[in-house]
Amino acid sequence: MEIEQQAIGNPSGVETIEVTGSVALLEALIAEGTEVIFGYPGGAIMPIYDALYDYKDKLNHILVRHEQGGIHAGQGFARTSGKVGVVFATSGPGATNLVTGLADAMIDSTPLVCITGQVFAHLLGTDAFQETDVINITTPVTKWNFQVTDATEIPEVISKAFYIARSGRPGPVLIDITKNAQIQKFDYSGYIPCNHIRSYRPKPIIRKEYIKQAAELINQAKKPFVLFGQGVILGEAEKEFKAFVEKSGIPSAWTLLGAGAIPTDHPLNVGMLGMHGNYGPNVLTNECDVLIAIGMRFDDRVTGRLDKYAKQAKVIHLDIDPAEIDKNVQTTVPVWGDCKETLPALTELIEEKKHTDWLNKFREYTKMEVDAVIKAELEPQSGELTMGEVINKLNELTGGDAVIVTDVGQHQMVACRYSKLNNTRSNVTSGGLGTMGFALPAAIGAKYGAPDRHVVAVIGDGGFQMTLQELGTIMQYGVDVKILILNNNFLGMVRQWQELFNDHRYSFVDIQSPDFVALAAAYGIKGKSISNRGDISSSLEEMLNTKGSFLLEVMVTKENNVFPMVPQGCSVSEIRLK
Amino acid sequence: MSSQNNAEKVSGKQEFNITVYTENQIGLLSRIAIIFTRRKINVHSLNTSPSEIESIHRFNIVVNETEDVVRKLSRQIEKQVEVLKVYYNTNEEVIWQELALYKVPTDIIAEKASVERLLRENGARAVVIRKDYTVFETTGHREETDALIKILQPFGLIEFVRSARVAIIKHSDGFNRKLREFERAEPGEETSENEYLNKGQRIFTM
Repeated sequence: MEIEQQAIGNPSGVETIEVTGSVALLEALIAEGTEVIFGYPGGAIMPIYDALYDYKDKLNHILVRHEQGGIHAGQGFARTSGKVGVVFATSGPGATNLVTGLADAMIDSTPLVCITGQVFAHLLGTDAFQETDVINITTPVTKWNFQVTDATEIPEVISKAFYIARSGRPGPVLIDITKNAQIQKFDYSGYIPCNHIRSYRPKPIIRKEYIKQAAELINQAKKPFVLFGQGVILGEAEKEFKAFVEKSGIPSAWTLLGAGAIPTDHPLNVGMLGMHGNYGPNVLTNECDVLIAIGMRFDDRVTGRLDKYAKQAKVIHLDIDPAEIDKNVQTTVPVWGDCKETLPALTELIEEKKHTDWLNKFREYTKMEVDAVIKAELEPQSGELTMGEVINKLNELTGGDAVIVTDVGQHQMVACRYSKLNNTRSNVTSGGLGTMGFALPAAIGAKYGAPDRHVVAVIGDGGFQMTLQELGTIMQYGVDVKILILNNNFLGMVRQWQELFNDHRYSFVDIQSPDFVALAAAYGIKGKSISNRGDISSSLEEMLNTKGSFLLEVMVTKENNVFPMVPQGCSVSEIRLK
Repeated sequence: MSSQNNAEKVSGKQEFNITVYTENQIGLLSRIAIIFTRRKINVHSLNTSPSEIESIHRFNIVVNETEDVVRKLSRQIEKQVEVLKVYYNTNEEVIWQELALYKVPTDIIAEKASVERLLRENGARAVVIRKDYTVFETTGHREETDALIKILQPFGLIEFVRSARVAIIKHSDGFNRKLREFERAEPGEETSENEYLNKGQRIFTM
C-alpha cells in the first residue's frame, strides 16, 4: 500500500527529499558506517560543520589540533580497525597540512577518505582567500581525488571514494568540495554504495596456472623462504597465511608493516627483514632457493643492494597490485590476486613438509644475534638504560596484547624488532614514508579503532616534539593513550649514521627537550620520568594501570646504535652485527 | 645515423608508443603526466582526444626509453582508477603520423619556387592561399616534416607547427568489444589479457 502511494506521488518511483550537499555528505558517511571523523574546521568547510551540529548523535567528530594530526589519527584508526579513516579539513592551509599524511597513507596503503572544503566554484583560479589547487597538489599522493562543484554529485562521488579507498590495494582518497556545493540544495534520493567502476579492477583475475607453477616450485624447494608484508593484514588473510606457513613448514620473515600478521613467537616466524631486521632472515635471503613474497613490495630498506639480492633464488610474488610484480625484483612466478583467495589455493596444492635443517639454520643465526646484540640490548646488567630493555619489560607486562604505535627513528626500529605481538593489527608505524611526528596522533586514532585494547605510543624525543600539540586532543576527549618517550637527547638515527658514515661529525642532531612531564601536566595528563633500571617495571605498570592517558619518559643511553644493520648500498648478506 | 643506432643499442633505449584508453575525466592528464615527470622521463609527444567510443579518450604518448622502464610506466598508468587499458608498442608495431602546417609568404613562394613540384615531392597540399601568405600541410614521420622545413626556409618560412604523433597499433582489434566487458561487474577474460600468458609483454590488466 505504501509502495503504491510512493509510485503515485513520484513518477520515477524513488522518493526524494530536499537536502543540502553538506547533509548529503554526512548521510553518505553514516551509510558507510563511519564511526569517527578526525577534523578541523575553517572558512571553506563551514557549511559541512554547520550540518554536523545536527549530527552530533550520529557522527563522532574529534577536533584535533592540527590537520596533520587529524590525518595521522585517521591512519591510526584505519590501521587498527581495518575500516576507512575519515578526515575533514578546510581549504588552503587546512588541505596542504594533509599532504604529509596522504603521502604516508599512499605509500603504506592505508584506506582514507579525506574531505576538504574549497572556495566557491566561481572563485576557483582567482587566488581567493585560502584557495589552493588541492587536487593538483594531492594527485601524486592519492589513489584517487575529485573536486565536487555541484551538490548533486556528492552521493555518487562519496560512494566511489569509499569503494576506491578500501578495495584492491587500499589507499587515500581526497574529495574537495566547493562551498557552493556544500550549501546547494538538491533532491536527494538516498545513498547507493558503489561496488563497480568500469575502469577500475581492484582484484586481478586469479590465474590457476601460476598457482600450480608456484606450488610446484615450493614442493621442489630445499630451502624455501617466505617474506610477508602488510598485504596479509590488509587482505584479512592472517588465517589463510598461517595455514599456508604451517602446512609448508617454511621459515617466514616479516617486513616492518607485516609485523603481527602471525604472532611473534610462532615457531615459523623467524623475524624481521631489512636494514635493521634480524641477522638470519637477511643473510639467508641470499641462500634460499625459493623466495615466496606475500603482500610486500621489496622496498629498498628490505632488499639492500638489488643486484646482490637473492640472485640464486626463484621468486614467487603474491600481490594484489600488478604494478608491484617485477618492479624491483624479477619474478619467476607472479601470483596476482587477493592473497585471501590465492593463499588457500596455493596451500591446497603444496605438500606438507618440515624444513627442520633449514629452520635450524635460522635459529643458529638467531643465537649469534642474541649473543652479539640482543642480550646486551634487552637485558643489560649495568650502565645506562637501553631502549630494548624498556620494550622487553613492556612485553612482559602487556603479554604481547597491546597495540604498539611507533614514530620514526631508532626507537621505532627497537620497538618493532622487540615488541611481542600476539595479534594482527597491533603494529602501527610509518613505514614507507618514515614520518616523524606520526606516532602521537596515530595513537589517538588507533585507540578509537581498537577501544578495548591498550594503545602504547613509543616515541623518540625528536618525533614527539613534531606533533605534541595533539596532547590537547588527548586531554579534551580523554583518549586513553599511553605515551612512552624513549629519550636519548639526540636525533638518534641520524646521529648513528653520522657516527658510522660521517666520521662522528654530529651535525645538528643534538636536540634539547622541554620537561615532558611538566608539559603533560599542563594538559592534565599524568606523567613520570625515570632513568634508573629499577624503576622501569613499576613505572610501566603504573602507566598501564592508570585509567586514561599517561606519559612515561625513559632517559636512555645517548649513543647506542641499532644493530644489526645493512649499511646503505650493501647486500643483505653483508649485514653487520656491530 | 649509424652512431645514433649504436647509442640506442648500448643504452637499450628506443622510441615506444604508449596507447592509453581512459575515462574522460578532469585531472587525469595531470595524473598520467606526473608518472613520467616523477621519474624524470621526458615525454617526446603527447596526443589526447576522444576515441571511437563515446566518453572514452585515447592518449598516444611517445617516449624514448628502455622496454623495462616503459613496461613499468605502463603498469603505473594502468593502475590509475580512471584508466581502462594501456598498450605499448615499438615504432615497428604501429602505423604513425604527425601533421605539420607551414606558413610562407605567397609572393616569394609563387615567384621563386616550383610550387607544384615542391608539393608533389613532399606529399604536401596547400590549405589556404591568400595574397599575403600561403599555408601548406603535410603528414608523415618526423624526418619528412622536418625535410619540408628545410626546403621552405629559403623561401621565408614565417611559421611552422607540428602535431603530436598519432599511432594505430597494427595488431589490434580495437576497443569496442573490450569496453562491454569492462562494464560488467564480473568481467571475463577479455579484460585480463595476461602479459605473461597471452600477449607477450605488451598488455597490462588488473
